[in-house]
Amino acid sequence: MAEPRPVLQMTGVVKEFPGVRALSGVDFRLFPGEIHALIGENGAGKSTLIKVLTGVHSLDGGTITLDGESVEFTSPLQAQQAGISTVYQEVNLCPNLSVAENIFIGREPTRGGRIQWKRMRKEAAELVDRLGLDIDVAAPLSSYPLAVQQLVAIVRSVGTGDRETPGSGAGQAPGSGTATKVLVLDEPTSSLDRDEVLELFRLMRQLRDDGVAILFVSHFLDQIYEICDRMTVLRNGTLVGEHLVRDLDQVGLIELMIGKALDQLEELHEHQLHSDVGETLVKAEGLGRSGKISPFDLEIKKGEVLGLAGLLGSGRTELARLLFGADHPDTGKVTIGGKQVSMSAPNDAIGAGVAFCSENRRTEGLVPDLTVRENIILALQAARGWTRPIPASQRDELVAKYIKALDIRPANPEARVGQLSGGNQQKVLLARWLITSPQLLILDEPTRGIDIGAKTEIQRLVVSLSEDGMSVLYIAAELEEVLRLSHTIGVLRDRKLVARLANGPEITTSRILETIASGEHQ
Amino acid sequence: MTTTSRLRALTRHHLFWPVAVLIGLLLVNVPFTPDFFSVKMTDGHLYGSLVSIVLFGSPLILVAVGMTLVIATGGIDLSVGAVVAITGALTCSYISDQADQSALSAVFLAMGIGLVAAVVCGLWNGFLVARMGIQPIIATLIIMVAGRGVAQLITDGQIITINSEPYKLIGGGYWLTLPFSIFVVAVVVAATMLLTRRTALGLLVESVGGNAEASRLVGIRSARIKIMVYVFCALCAGIAGLMISSNTSAADGNNAGLWIELDAILAVVIGGTALTGGRFSIGGTVLGALVIQTLTTTIYTIGVPTQTNLVFKAAVVIAVCLLQSPKFREKVFGRKTRRKVTVPAQPVAPVEPAPKTEVSR
Ligand SMILES: Nc1ncnc2c1ncn2[C@@H]1O[C@H](COP(=O)(O)OP(=O)(O)O)[C@@H](O)[C@H]1O
Ligand SMILES: [Mg+2]
Repeated sequence: MAEPRPVLQMTGVVKEFPGVRALSGVDFRLFPGEIHALIGENGAGKSTLIKVLTGVHSLDGGTITLDGESVEFTSPLQAQQAGISTVYQEVNLCPNLSVAENIFIGREPTRGGRIQWKRMRKEAAELVDRLGLDIDVAAPLSSYPLAVQQLVAIVRSVGTGDRETPGSGAGQAPGSGTATKVLVLDEPTSSLDRDEVLELFRLMRQLRDDGVAILFVSHFLDQIYEICDRMTVLRNGTLVGEHLVRDLDQVGLIELMIGKALDQLEELHEHQLHSDVGETLVKAEGLGRSGKISPFDLEIKKGEVLGLAGLLGSGRTELARLLFGADHPDTGKVTIGGKQVSMSAPNDAIGAGVAFCSENRRTEGLVPDLTVRENIILALQAARGWTRPIPASQRDELVAKYIKALDIRPANPEARVGQLSGGNQQKVLLARWLITSPQLLILDEPTRGIDIGAKTEIQRLVVSLSEDGMSVLYIAAELEEVLRLSHTIGVLRDRKLVARLANGPEITTSRILETIASGEHQ
Repeated sequence: MTTTSRLRALTRHHLFWPVAVLIGLLLVNVPFTPDFFSVKMTDGHLYGSLVSIVLFGSPLILVAVGMTLVIATGGIDLSVGAVVAITGALTCSYISDQADQSALSAVFLAMGIGLVAAVVCGLWNGFLVARMGIQPIIATLIIMVAGRGVAQLITDGQIITINSEPYKLIGGGYWLTLPFSIFVVAVVVAATMLLTRRTALGLLVESVGGNAEASRLVGIRSARIKIMVYVFCALCAGIAGLMISSNTSAADGNNAGLWIELDAILAVVIGGTALTGGRFSIGGTVLGALVIQTLTTTIYTIGVPTQTNLVFKAAVVIAVCLLQSPKFREKVFGRKTRRKVTVPAQPVAPVEPAPKTEVSR
């Protein structure tokens, strides 16, 4: 098959940040009518490549050509006007505005300088409808879960160029009229459930068949093999290969990504759950909060890993938040180590030795402006109170120890946490709680949006912590992951804890799925 | 390191622009007042433009330092001007009631009363913001508006004048050849730096301002910290109130500290602390306050007509803020920071051994 001319070609791209060379001479090309996966571990430089392309960051070296013409964008708007629509990894929308306003921000239909609200809502509704989504465009964005917000971000970006130019003249929005040539999606699926992913894929195929070139970043290898035609693999800011998807199998791909053979990963598959589970540590009786989760009873033993399985929105996070006092329970009580704990604020739980890593790293976990060191010591410092700062030498030692133990990169305690990649941010959060030596560690989606290598490391860490006697409440969307790590599996459905399964040879993912589907323990 | 990269590192330092602007403003004065930088010794006191800038800028520095911590938590305190007035009014009216206005014990008691009132104002602000969840701008607006009324009630709508030698020292006296208020400012600034950086207060404040929800989930008692910070800010404003009333030996409920909140907020911003909260810099704020005071002085020395001096001030403030904006600098001075890198250097992290699969291109 003769290859057509690429619509986009990047050659020898270099990007440096203070202390980090994020891209060193990367080549990348994208053909019209293809879906092209950009793959690599966290921190490999995927997001940076995208930001250099779309003018968020300036180029430190190399060239970019679009349709054969050399270009260099200085702002995302310019890139958009040239036909490159982008959904960035971090959803950047305004939660307190309506869905319609979010879709049209910056290009509202106007007449005589005034925004035509009716027309805006109507067009937004049509757009959403055409893409087969069921969203009320007049509702504030914040009334929808993160997953839907992500879809809105995608609607917003394809809505621009692709929108038919309505009439002409005064009401024309900037950017309309240029068809989208390239659509860039940076990890759009990390918070979507299966149906939403299928919805997105349908949309992507539709656009591809219209000749749009799509650049797709995802950590889910299955998704890549399902939808992509070609892939480019990055590691440590360098290009390690470009392949047709059908030419490279998953094992080969993973080896390319991490640069080593798979034995190390497989080790974990064969690991045996340790049987050294002690007596009851945490006991919740009738704990619940109306509208969030029905009252439930739960026991977690010392050294036990309790996994929670259930669909997105089934109440896994809500359960965890009650156990941490992040939300105020309206019924029930919690005893930890035999003592009743009031659970009216996170402080109470923290005082009793509970730690909680939220699924929303950016909004509920990190303080992005602070350094790695400051983020790591935050929980311990909060527990000691402001009058008793951790002595500098002890602090630096602790921080260095955990940066090393968890392999946080860059290994620079002075780096701003906001600039780290997702997997490393997750490790910073883990370090933050581990130095408080908790008795119960609650991990809500600790492996979401991070690469295979870091994923394995985190799972391995969970295993070894539980072997050392720490109890862990583990939430993950991937059932295999829950199954592999947990002694007991709590199944949730419709905001109710419906079953508790003791893990054993007869428990399989399909068995868990059945329980989720039927809502009862067979 | 080459000279240019050293220069770049210097311009990136967070205090570079405040310092540059301050020096620039000081230099502007030289053609108009040739002996601007000279400091003379008369009657054992140092005199000179530089000394007066610090002297007249002292209340602003104090207020701005308190304001910095409030802003770092993501808040703002509009009531500081009113607190200045209340403190001055209470203290002066107490002193004026005394038979012997120079009795040390009476002066100390009067100052105590004034500062306690300031602390009460701070507690009220902190309570509204941290416990009632009212937006800081609204919560502190209450005392900003009502506080001036209270100050006038205290002074019966009059300007109270006093004649107290010991009280005069704080804002108008000299010690070891220097204005006494410079020592007060030095002590407050040093104490603030110690309080925030030698304890964990600074970190916790920055965390609360940087991400309030994450801070709650990590177990920081944000409400307590916010209350502390508003109280501290009010206390600083109270000390400034003592200084201002001492300098004029009078309490003017109407005009003391009028609009000082706006200058203080400007000083904080010029000093590099963002209004959105998070990272703060006390040193930056002190520089920012000195910039504002120098600007005020400059307006007088170069003889800007009084009607236009606010416009002039606004113009300079806009210029400073623009200079601090990286976007603006990039637009105006071009993208000087760009370098062409042709030879790809080694990546920072060591590369793993070559993959087994052949790399095809
Ligand atoms: N704005 C920034 N400032 C400094 N370093 C950054 C910035 N953005 C990314 N980096 C660094 O560049 C490298 C690549 O990051 P990124 O492109 O986000 O990786 P990926 O998207 O592949 O996970 C990482 O080491 C990251 O810490
Ligand atoms: Mg990324």
